[in-house]
Amino acid sequence: MTIKQLSIFIENKGGTLIKVLDLLSKANIQIIASTIADTKDYGIYRVLCNNPSQAYIILKEAGINVQLADVIALSIDDEPGRAASAIKTLSDDGISILYMYSFLWKGKGVLVFRTDPAEKAKETIMIKKLSFLTEADFA
Amino acid sequence: MCIFAKDNITNIINMAQKHIPDSSCQYFNEKEETLTREQIEALQLERLQATVKHCMNSPFYKARFEEAGIKPEDIKTLDDIRKIPFTTKKDLRDTYPFGMASTSLKDCIRLHSSSGTTGNPTVILHTQNDIDEWANQVARNLWMVGLRPDDVFQNSSGYGMFTGGLGFQYGAERVGMLTIPAAAGNSLRQIKFMTDFGTTALHAVPSYVTRLKEVMDQAGVDPKTDTKLRVLAIGAEPHSEEQRRRIEEMMGVKAYNSFGMSEMCGPGVGFECPEQNGLHFWEDYYIVEIVDPETLEPVADGEIGELVLTTLCREAMPLLRYRTRDLTRVLGRSCPCGRNHVRIDRMKGRSDDMIVLRGVNIFPIQIEKILMQFPELANNYLITLTTDEDNDNMTVEVELEELFTDDFQRLLKLTSDVKRALKDEILLTPHVKLVPKGSLPVSEGKAVRVVDKRTVYQ
Ligand SMILES: [Zn+2]
Repeated sequence: MTIKQLSIFIENKGGTLIKVLDLLSKANIQIIASTIADTKDYGIYRVLCNNPSQAYIILKEAGINVQLADVIALSIDDEPGRAASAIKTLSDDGISILYMYSFLWKGKGVLVFRTDPAEKAKETIMIKKLSFLTEADFA
Repeated sequence: MCIFAKDNITNIINMAQKHIPDSSCQYFNEKEETLTREQIEALQLERLQATVKHCMNSPFYKARFEEAGIKPEDIKTLDDIRKIPFTTKKDLRDTYPFGMASTSLKDCIRLHSSSGTTGNPTVILHTQNDIDEWANQVARNLWMVGLRPDDVFQNSSGYGMFTGGLGFQYGAERVGMLTIPAAAGNSLRQIKFMTDFGTTALHAVPSYVTRLKEVMDQAGVDPKTDTKLRVLAIGAEPHSEEQRRRIEEMMGVKAYNSFGMSEMCGPGVGFECPEQNGLHFWEDYYIVEIVDPETLEPVADGEIGELVLTTLCREAMPLLRYRTRDLTRVLGRSCPCGRNHVRIDRMKGRSDDMIVLRGVNIFPIQIEKILMQFPELANNYLITLTTDEDNDNMTVEVELEELFTDDFQRLLKLTSDVKRALKDEILLTPHVKLVPKGSLPVSEGKAVRVVDKRTVYQ
């Protein structure tokens, strides 16, 4: 149910981001969605792409601080209120969200998030029959 | 040519013999290395008296002795060394280029010069005998840690004026090893030499070993399985015990600390034995004193002070009571390895490197020691001192070894844990900044660890 996301540690100054994007594009990796969260000193660049395992190896070999994180991608109808109700379903079950971002994919909304605890979110999604995407959807 | 032999002092220069012992022998110079304390001190007095007498050929020392109202004959015991005034780096600068020499230039075969950031550079002269003795000291060290003629020695030290190059070259050749003058830099080529030539021993500054390992990782070379490396000689840069252990672990070798300084000859002065419990300083070559840097009085064994060295076998440019600026302490005067030459602790830093921040004395090595305790952090770090709104502050930037989480809370916790540990050590809370691996500048020589951007008010 989870999909692999690249989490890349970057410095809050020019250079690192360009280097990462350059490495990915040279390897023909297609970025589906990405987001940056940052503090004053550093940031984490989170990337969904069509080939996370290969992208991970390429970045790692280039000496980039990168991790593969397991995230959940829910597919929701692109209508007001749908995202809120999906999140409410999870929080009603005592699941907290560490971070979240969203994007449009083939006419549908996609909510990407990491939860704590991770396993319990999977159960809730199964039980409540929420619709989710797999890596195959992006490959 | 041998100045001391002319003075009919027997046994002064006895190592220049180019004898290589049997590989099963644990000592390169068995007789000198296994002297008892009494024998060491008797030899030191004899050599000190000869050296002082020889120093009267130097215009600098002749004037210095006259000023101080002492004569060579006043040195009757080893303790009498305290009658002799100290020699400083400034003296070397002031006598630039040849004012310190105790032989004529005709007898010298080598000159090493180090550039000074302030004032004159300094010059160190050598006779053939000085070079031979230097080679012997380095050979003694390398033999001590188990290197033998069938080893392959790669020297990643800068050649030219930097004495780490030629010093280790001569020493390794004296042992009879196949010696590769790889010199500094060009990491990919260094790695190729290592794998192609079967390098078993490497000399490098510690920060460069870290750099080399990073390049090895990127090139897919595992030092433990793809090379025959088993011994590292590391020196020229103060480093903590924690950093040494890390280097040993990541390279799969034993790493031995080396001490040297161009004023004495270069590397060779002191080296760790297999016990790795302090560096044996060769007391047949030097008189070692540790003094309080303020009062210049000797400190007790175990107490930290400034290292002061007197050369006992140098012809071209002997130095009496030379203040090294290095801070360290005596650990002991006996050792399970059978050598009674004084054991000196790893350098705590140079008194010149000491950071004074808001009235607190801090050595970069203290910060390194703490950073190395966190496995999440890599070996490379940079300390920056700044003045912000009239306050002096310290920022410690350190590279992250692995991105072990993508959860901000855990990264912030790591930062605050590092801050707290640093505060316990240096009594000030620095700003701690995690940076991506590879983002701090890495020099291929000595690492720059401190950048001082403070506004200085006169
Ligand atoms: Zn020993």
